[in-house]
Amino acid sequence: MESVRFSSVDARSVQYWLLLGALALTALVGYLAAHHMDVEGHHITGMNNQVVWGFPHVVAVFLIVAASGSLNVASISSVFGKIDYKPLARLSGLLAIALLVGGLIILVLDLGRPDRLIVAMTVYNFKSIFAWNIFLYIGFIVVTFVYLWMMMERKMNRFVKPAGFIAFIWRLILTTGTGSIFGFLVARQAYDAAIMAPLFIIMSFAFGLAVFLLVLQASYAGTGRPLGDAILRKLKILLGIFVAAVLYFVLAYHLTNLYATEHHGVEHFVLIGGGVYTFLFWFVQVFAGCVVPLVLIFIKPFSQSRHMVSVASLLVIVGGMAQLYVIIIGGQAYPLVLFPGMEESSSFFDGVVAQYAPSIFEILLGAGGICLALAIVTVGIAVLEFLPESLSDKALKLESATT
Amino acid sequence: MVTCVSMIQVFADGPENIPPPKGKYSEETVCVEPVDVMRRQHFEYILDHRDKTVIEGIRTEKYSLTGCIDCHITPDAQGKYARYSEEIHFCASCHLFTAVTIDCFQCHADRPEEAVRATLRMSGQVIGVQELGKLMQLDALK
Amino acid sequence: MRYTFDTSEVDSGRRGFTLGVAALGGLSVAPGIFLYHSASAKPADQPVSNKQRWGMLVNTNVCQEDCSACVTACNEENGLWSLGRPATDAQWIRKLNVKDRQTGHVTSLPMMCQHCEHPPCVDVCPTKASFRREDGIVLVNKHTCIGCRYCMMACPYKARSFIHEPLYEQLPHSPRGKGCVESCTLCVHKVDRGDNNTACAEACAKDGHEALVFGDLNDPHSEISRLLEKHGGSQIRADLGLNTGVRYQGI
Repeated sequence: MESVRFSSVDARSVQYWLLLGALALTALVGYLAAHHMDVEGHHITGMNNQVVWGFPHVVAVFLIVAASGSLNVASISSVFGKIDYKPLARLSGLLAIALLVGGLIILVLDLGRPDRLIVAMTVYNFKSIFAWNIFLYIGFIVVTFVYLWMMMERKMNRFVKPAGFIAFIWRLILTTGTGSIFGFLVARQAYDAAIMAPLFIIMSFAFGLAVFLLVLQASYAGTGRPLGDAILRKLKILLGIFVAAVLYFVLAYHLTNLYATEHHGVEHFVLIGGGVYTFLFWFVQVFAGCVVPLVLIFIKPFSQSRHMVSVASLLVIVGGMAQLYVIIIGGQAYPLVLFPGMEESSSFFDGVVAQYAPSIFEILLGAGGICLALAIVTVGIAVLEFLPESLSDKALKLESATT
Repeated sequence: MVTCVSMIQVFADGPENIPPPKGKYSEETVCVEPVDVMRRQHFEYILDHRDKTVIEGIRTEKYSLTGCIDCHITPDAQGKYARYSEEIHFCASCHLFTAVTIDCFQCHADRPEEAVRATLRMSGQVIGVQELGKLMQLDALK
Repeated sequence: MRYTFDTSEVDSGRRGFTLGVAALGGLSVAPGIFLYHSASAKPADQPVSNKQRWGMLVNTNVCQEDCSACVTACNEENGLWSLGRPATDAQWIRKLNVKDRQTGHVTSLPMMCQHCEHPPCVDVCPTKASFRREDGIVLVNKHTCIGCRYCMMACPYKARSFIHEPLYEQLPHSPRGKGCVESCTLCVHKVDRGDNNTACAEACAKDGHEALVFGDLNDPHSEISRLLEKHGGSQIRADLGLNTGVRYQGI
């Protein structure tokens, strides 16, 4: 029946401890940076009264979006019955939890009053999508834990399908909630769009799979376990489809906006005159984050190289960060329109593009969250049996033959 | 219990030179509630009143933090008001000793209004307001 | 669909109810004595009620472009000291110049929290720290604000400021501190005291402009209600349907 053998990775090697040490150290530095921000106040960051959510939110939203996306690999196997992906399901679940924890820690540490986390956990305003998200995030961790348990405990295996189904639905709702944080902002020119929720879902598919691919390749290279071309190729093509879908949604979003004169200002800002945001949109998000990965995945000779899968995944991640930077920070930098069609000026930066540049503390906090997520994965695969001993074509073919 | 014991100790061992309150609350009681009740439960009264004030707009002086401060924080012989950072501040005299951290005075004034305003006049903060006004005027003229 | 901005719609449901109760009270308690006659000071031990809806009328026709008396008065009343960092300094009220690109006509007006009946900041606040008092004043309960700044993202008027550094020497009636969001309180401490006015409106009147009128929108006899009834008044971003408590004339 179960022909794929899982085992924990050997944690006795020097490289393992070096890796874990480096990740833990960066996470610690991120925490110290956040602590410094908390003591001094946010004036030492790049954030201000115009751009209230900065770089930490870009990284945090990326991690949260990628978390729900990285669970897709597991969903494909247990919900959609694609048996080839089954050996990857455990890592998919672990990565989902780790990324979400990393993202949430960033969000919490960036609060003005992180000491009042208990208030956020005990007082809920159910009209706030933010409050719903607190439920959705905690629920996601619980649901994924249960799902992992069903997968890893042989006696519980028969519940994998319902558990996976619940996790899949939950993650769709979760990303809808994350996208709606922006979609529900009626007053902001760049947000207030129903497409935000599906856009975030498709973004999560792409970003989550890209992170999954990188972690998979790194962990197999690091532990010397065989990773066959066949499974990599399947995942890679899936990534290509998701990236193309992201591009399509971005196109639909901007075309819709371009049709409405009301939105010409913000569209001009992002597409032509927004300086760093225009650069990030065209060169990093669209070109480096979508077009180049598509070429690397589908066009020969790039598509024949295994290394190109890593490069494509990395580019999708960088492009994804840029996309969220444009959405989150660009959306705030573009001035709020109080009087449509009028020119506004004041001492409070009305009518002008807000300035924002991330400070070192915000960058360290963001990096800390990413490293915390990776550290959780690193510890996880050494403590429990998350990784199949072999993902070689032969091993996987054997499995598909016996099942 | 531990808190009660340590508080009793405070009033035995604490700083002697805490300026006394303005006066008795009423003919019958020294404070708004009996002193031993206040020592143990003052925060419950303050928290309860806090929510009533902020959310419902109830502005009675009894149990209000401003009421506490106005009565308990009085000037010393030199006319100087203690700050929460000093151990002769009425609140600090106990809280520092018992190591009970409160964040009231991150936002709330730790002295009566006249004392705060006197400090502002000395430190030149009032000029800061005028400067902000000027800054705004300049921008508004653009 | 066309939107009409009839000022008589201000909390019309509530007003009808209020007047009904008032009439009933007047009849049942003692003939000739009206319990709820006008916006007067409520007893300090009574909670605020929706019998009042506090609001502000801004007449931009008399608001002077080179005057910021309202801003200075607000800063002094509430102890908002500039820390020399305009991008992070708190501003509860600001002078906004609005220029028509076509005609070049400039309108100058004060912009602050609009004290909406349906405030987006209250909708999005995860901890209910942003709330609307029964009498229509929108406030931040800084005891439960976690500093997430979602309300600042949601506010269509850019009315809110986040406190970016530790503060000192706050005034007793205006507690403020690092890590929380704040905005115009409609001088709630003055309203509760029965001043029946705000610092900005007092300063404007003192300078002889009288562009700001504070009052009870639910009281048909209040000055603000009479002015609104006579001359009308529009809402900024009325398309959002928030029913703001601050109305403008001349825009």
